[in-house]
Amino acid sequence: MSYALELKDLRKNFGKTEIIRGVNLAVQSGERIAIIGPNGAGKSTLFNLISGRFGPSSGEILLNGQRIENKAPYEINRMGLSRSFQITNIFPKLSVFENLRCAVLWSLGYKYTFLKFLSGLKDANDLAEKYMAMIRLDKKRDLLAMNLTYAEQRALEIGITIAGGSNVILLDEPTAGMSRSETSRFINLIKEVTVGKTLLTVEHDMGVVFGLADKIAVVVYGEVIAFDTPEAVRSNAKVQEAYLGTHSAEEHAGGH
Amino acid sequence: MEFFIISMLNGLSYGLLLFMLSSGLTLIFSMMGVLNFAHASFYMIGAYFGYTLTSLIGFWPALFIAPFLVGGCGVIFERLTLRKVHKFGHVPELLVTFGLSYIVYELVQLIWGRTAVEFTPPELLKGSAFTLINNATTGLQLIWGAAPAEMCSAADATVRIVCSPFPATRAFMMFVALLMLLSLWLLLTKTRIGLVIQAALTHPETVEALGHNVPRVFMLVFGAGTGLAGLAGVIGGSTFVTEPAMAATVGSVIFVVVVVGGMGSLSGAFLASVLIGVIQTFAIAFDYSFVSVSKDLGFQLSSELQNNSFLKLTVSQVAPILPYLFLVLILIFRPKGLLGTREG
Amino acid sequence: MKSYQFKPYNVGRWLIWSLFAIVLICAPLIFTSNLSGTMLAQMGIAIIACLSYNILLGQGGMLSFGHAVYTGLGSFVAIHALNSITAGTSQIPVSLLPLVGGFAGIGFAVLLGYVTTKKSGTPFAMITLGVAELVFAMSLMFSEFFGGEAGISGNRVAGPTVWGISYGPQIQIYYLIAIYTFICVALMYAFTQTPLGRILNAVRDNPERVEFIGYNTQRVRYFAFIIAGFFAGISGGLGALNFEIVTSEVVGAGRSGGYLLFTFVGGATFFFGPIIGGILMVLAFVLLSELTKAWLLYLGLLFLFMVMYAPGGIASLIMMNLRAAAFGKLKQIWVSYLGLFVTAFVALIGAGAMIEMVYHLQLNSALGDNLKFMGISLNAKGVDSWFGSAFVMLTGLGLFEAIRRHFLIEWGDIQIEIEKEIKRRETA
Repeated sequence: MSYALELKDLRKNFGKTEIIRGVNLAVQSGERIAIIGPNGAGKSTLFNLISGRFGPSSGEILLNGQRIENKAPYEINRMGLSRSFQITNIFPKLSVFENLRCAVLWSLGYKYTFLKFLSGLKDANDLAEKYMAMIRLDKKRDLLAMNLTYAEQRALEIGITIAGGSNVILLDEPTAGMSRSETSRFINLIKEVTVGKTLLTVEHDMGVVFGLADKIAVVVYGEVIAFDTPEAVRSNAKVQEAYLGTHSAEEHAGGH
Repeated sequence: MEFFIISMLNGLSYGLLLFMLSSGLTLIFSMMGVLNFAHASFYMIGAYFGYTLTSLIGFWPALFIAPFLVGGCGVIFERLTLRKVHKFGHVPELLVTFGLSYIVYELVQLIWGRTAVEFTPPELLKGSAFTLINNATTGLQLIWGAAPAEMCSAADATVRIVCSPFPATRAFMMFVALLMLLSLWLLLTKTRIGLVIQAALTHPETVEALGHNVPRVFMLVFGAGTGLAGLAGVIGGSTFVTEPAMAATVGSVIFVVVVVGGMGSLSGAFLASVLIGVIQTFAIAFDYSFVSVSKDLGFQLSSELQNNSFLKLTVSQVAPILPYLFLVLILIFRPKGLLGTREG
Repeated sequence: MKSYQFKPYNVGRWLIWSLFAIVLICAPLIFTSNLSGTMLAQMGIAIIACLSYNILLGQGGMLSFGHAVYTGLGSFVAIHALNSITAGTSQIPVSLLPLVGGFAGIGFAVLLGYVTTKKSGTPFAMITLGVAELVFAMSLMFSEFFGGEAGISGNRVAGPTVWGISYGPQIQIYYLIAIYTFICVALMYAFTQTPLGRILNAVRDNPERVEFIGYNTQRVRYFAFIIAGFFAGISGGLGALNFEIVTSEVVGAGRSGGYLLFTFVGGATFFFGPIIGGILMVLAFVLLSELTKAWLLYLGLLFLFMVMYAPGGIASLIMMNLRAAAFGKLKQIWVSYLGLFVTAFVALIGAGAMIEMVYHLQLNSALGDNLKFMGISLNAKGVDSWFGSAFVMLTGLGLFEAIRRHFLIEWGDIQIEIEKEIKRRETA
């Protein structure tokens, strides 16, 4: 069986500090995985390793059966993996529409051409319009990205991530800093835009996790201590031990 | 043999001068993220202040006062100008220092004129620190100070004696540079303010959160960096030449030093300064070109090849571009720099 | 009220470009003196050079200290090609020589740009400086190509004349430059509307994110560098034809610094900013340098002030005021503007008088102590001249500062009113 994403004994050290200590994970195509764990467990580091921001100290990462560790981010993206960032990472001086159009250019094969006009690229423009409508920012089409509200910028962040048409999507704390109502709206948005794709999301908000994920991976001190359906993880003794107090507090406080 | 030793020492002293400049540059860059394009301008101001102060109060007092004056100028500039553009990002900061270098160049010419001024070293440093005498019969000898004439020429014409003096100014330059290096190291590692600076080098916000006045620390570091450049200026200006073009000649070399050594690395800057200083000094001394070497080796070159201006170039003529060639090579084969850690 | 968009190059696109063409065609007919003729020709060359520089600076966020390398090498290759036409060894028409310069620009950009674009930001700037020093130092070593002290000269009246055009008279070379200027400006504008141009902007805004949408950031910069090199080479080629002599100072640091300074002052954030910059560059080098010996100092100070207070350049100042005008707010503050200009002028006169006196003492003391400044006779050694100028300058500065604070408050109010109006229109 070929997995969409596979991590084999992945390790990462920064100097002498071991951050990721042998992570094994196998994600099937179309699955929605939530990655949870206490702060400092290494969740963002895992994303950085998978998306190519830096390379692992040892171990393998396979995307649709092909090894991608130590490849450059653009190579990994071209092979079908996209990620969003916890701290909004958009193009501030371009408009909303331009942001999305940039995100679709490579996947449509336009590469580095300077012999075509952007206004004439019907497929790119239509695709950008489509995603803009999907993330509900069509009314803000020509607004500069830096002038959007925080939640709108997060939506744009997701938009840029999915616009390339990648099949494996990594979302790093997509609802960070949002209010209750914004979060629930956002979850529906994420569900809509990732239909049929493989999704991995780092989350702290348990409401989000249980509403969105098919399976949960619990990362503690750089290792995956549990990888199972939400109910099974909930009742997992090791997870309860690691989360003692934190989990119930999160449930009551609603994720903040 | 003595040629090698003297050249090596000359190269080391020049390299140490480069390090005096590039260390200040690296400190400022590491700490504030600003690459001070006008750093060599502060070097030049130091030389000119030294010149004026020397004519007023003598060399040795000038040596102590001029760096403080230059550091003061640096502090004023940081306070008035650099701080204002800090919020715009690193490119405007670089542009502001670029503009300053223009202005300083014009002001210096305005105040001191367009030709070189006579900034001579004091009496104490005018002679040689020591002289190496290579006597064909008695071998290599070292004499402190200048060698008397009789020792340099033999009565018997067949005995070959070569006297190689090492200028006191150069020795003094090495002395001051090493002293400065030592005190810098001691300051950074052994004192409390040094600890704060080291912390602020990588985590300025945390240091500020701990209650230290980081903008003030920045101002002091900028002042100290430019003051060091001023000190180098007093020494360099009296040893070499003091003229408006001196900033440009040394300016581009120290940027090469910083990139080759690895941006943000003091030890890298040291290594690169010494390397470039030594290589360039040796290169200037060599008068060999491809054509002359092949002649010496007995190869016959066609007259066309002999007249080719590329092959006719002597190593000494190529010497000025060696640092830049070095830069290009490092970028191709080791873009991080020799000892670089930061990506800049 | 007619709705106004703040991007003039979208409104009546044909109108703008036709106007540009008309200005290019008619300028020498209006300014007919010889001096104007040479200046107009130089402006065309400078416009292309500054626009090509802005592909790097404004569009790509790449600060280069060595752009003169590409314009200069383009000049050298072009003048050698010109001499080969004169010698009969080459059949290229003189009109196409700037293209030869352009291809030289591409060649050198391909060669040197590979190493240069390996880094970004501050290291990139330092590398361009190092490469520029390398090329300049080499220009003093290889006299066959660079001509040593005397440079390389040529004669643009070479080869067969087509339609009676020999390029002897200044007016003919001006129109050649004008045609190239129009085409190059149009092409460079078109570039900003292509995928590569847009991704270049993205690289400027957020180079890391670009990698994550599938683009190799280094490649993007390299290609942009080559395209900038092409237009730089064309500018150099035109320069070779115009001056008929090329010396090693065309690859020097002074010229690179000039491109940086004037592109920035003109405005790197808008497409037409460098056009303003190029025009100013020629005006400064030709007119200002004649007017006062302190012109480089004034330029440096102007640059410093623009970086601190108007980093978007003159173009951004124009656009901000156009926006205020569009909302009808300009009439509220024109009195403040007037006050600002008058007091700034007064302060400048005072400062200028003092600077001129210092320069006079330094450079012209052989001519005696008196100098003429704006029609007034000043004594460079006289206390009252100094006192008078200092007084004028300080008064001007004081009043300027007072009005400036008032202006800032008014301007802030206007911006708030404009924002409110925009929101109102959005929801209406």
